Amino acid sequence: MTTKPKLCYFRGRGRMESIRWLLAAAGVEFEEEFIETREQYEKLQKEGLLLFGQVPMVEIDGMVLTQTRAILSYLAAKYDSYGKDLKETVRINMYADGTLDLMMMIALAAFKPPEEKEENLTLIVKKAKTRYFPVFEKILNDRGEDFLVGNKFSWADIQLLEVILMVEELDASVLADFPLLKAFEARISNIPTIRKFLQPGSPRKLEAAPR
Amino acid sequence: MLNTAVSIGSDSSRSLPHYSSFSRPAGPVSLQTAGRALCEAPGTPSGLQFDEEFLETKEQLQKLQDGNHLLFQQVPMVEIDGMKLVQTRSILHYIAEKHHLFGKDLKERTLIDMYVEGTLDLLELIIMHPFLKPDDQQKEVVNMAQKAIIRYFPVFEKVLREHGQRFLVGNQLSLADVILLQTILALEEKIPNILSAFPHLQEFTVKISNIPTIKKFLEPGSKKKPPPDDIYVRTVYNIFMP
Repeated sequence: MTTKPKLCYFRGRGRMESIRWLLAAAGVEFEEEFIETREQYEKLQKEGLLLFGQVPMVEIDGMVLTQTRAILSYLAAKYDSYGKDLKETVRINMYADGTLDLMMMIALAAFKPPEEKEENLTLIVKKAKTRYFPVFEKILNDRGEDFLVGNKFSWADIQLLEVILMVEELDASVLADFPLLKAFEARISNIPTIRKFLQPGSPRKLEAAPR
Repeated sequence: MLNTAVSIGSDSSRSLPHYSSFSRPAGPVSLQTAGRALCEAPGTPSGLQFDEEFLETKEQLQKLQDGNHLLFQQVPMVEIDGMKLVQTRSILHYIAEKHHLFGKDLKERTLIDMYVEGTLDLLELIIMHPFLKPDDQQKEVVNMAQKAIIRYFPVFEKVLREHGQRFLVGNQLSLADVILLQTILALEEKIPNILSAFPHLQEFTVKISNIPTIKKFLEPGSKKKPPPDDIYVRTVYNIFMP
């Protein structure tokens, strides 16, 4: 029996959430070690498990991986969610990178002082509606396919669903002008592994950041 | 603790400076502000020829955006193989994969990826430095030096010391080596003795710099860009500030 991957991070979304999504979408069960004290963190560092002294960290396939994007790329390749050739892979990478930028803005907003937060979140919703969502709406429109790349479910689709849901938490009507994204959201949410992840009790985190 | 570095290639309205693109056949075409290019790195070891189109005015940027040449309205953008690639990491991965700078298998690739991601976090500090307020700039040099010496260099020094090979991964040149060299050289411009406690990195710097294509890139007259100056900073502000 193979050991389950082990995720090491704070009890919150932060930079680990996209990794949770990808594993869940691939139907892979995983364990989580939540960092809750300074001592825990220092212990991990002393054990040499954190390459640059940082988390996320994922133990998988006999390796200790850090650096969010490196982990995501590994998992996407491993679970056949990275396109069939280099041209598809680069498109998936570009779309994922775009969504990661937007998600990072949302994650960082949690650390802003209260008086700046409101303005910040409004700006994020605006960016979503003017810079990111139109791009994906257009791709779905131009290709007329169910998925973003290669007519096949890929890491890019998981990332897009994840960011749509995150922005909807800030503004429930954000997809009002994006009918194809609305349909995409429903369609991808219904993939069995993803539907399971969206149910209560799954490893999905609801807190942006730990308190 | 939390890696709070913003990903490179993110919000161009926060004035990210480096833009280049490749295309064929007559030689690639790139768009770039007259400044240091993150995209410098991939062109070097494969000896790939590329052209550059430099962003110098707001009108130019507007034209690119209106013409839908920039996927998320941002640069860098590289035209290559019939595609318009954006997002620095995606561009780097594509070029590395295509030109065999990404290891021989998935495990090597992932290791290279980890090293590159870490180094890019450090390089990001250098890239953003000229855009800090003058009062903050000196403090930031100290911060960069500390991060390099405490967090990043010890890792690579150890890797090189332990396997005794010339390159970081798999005994062959990879993207990790190129990005690390770029970062070391950029840091040395600000902090000349930054490698004083790292003999293996010093040797690494010399050896990688001597690879013919890289050596050529480091010579005067190449496309490598000089350190950012006031003209560069002003140009970027003019283009990206509303």
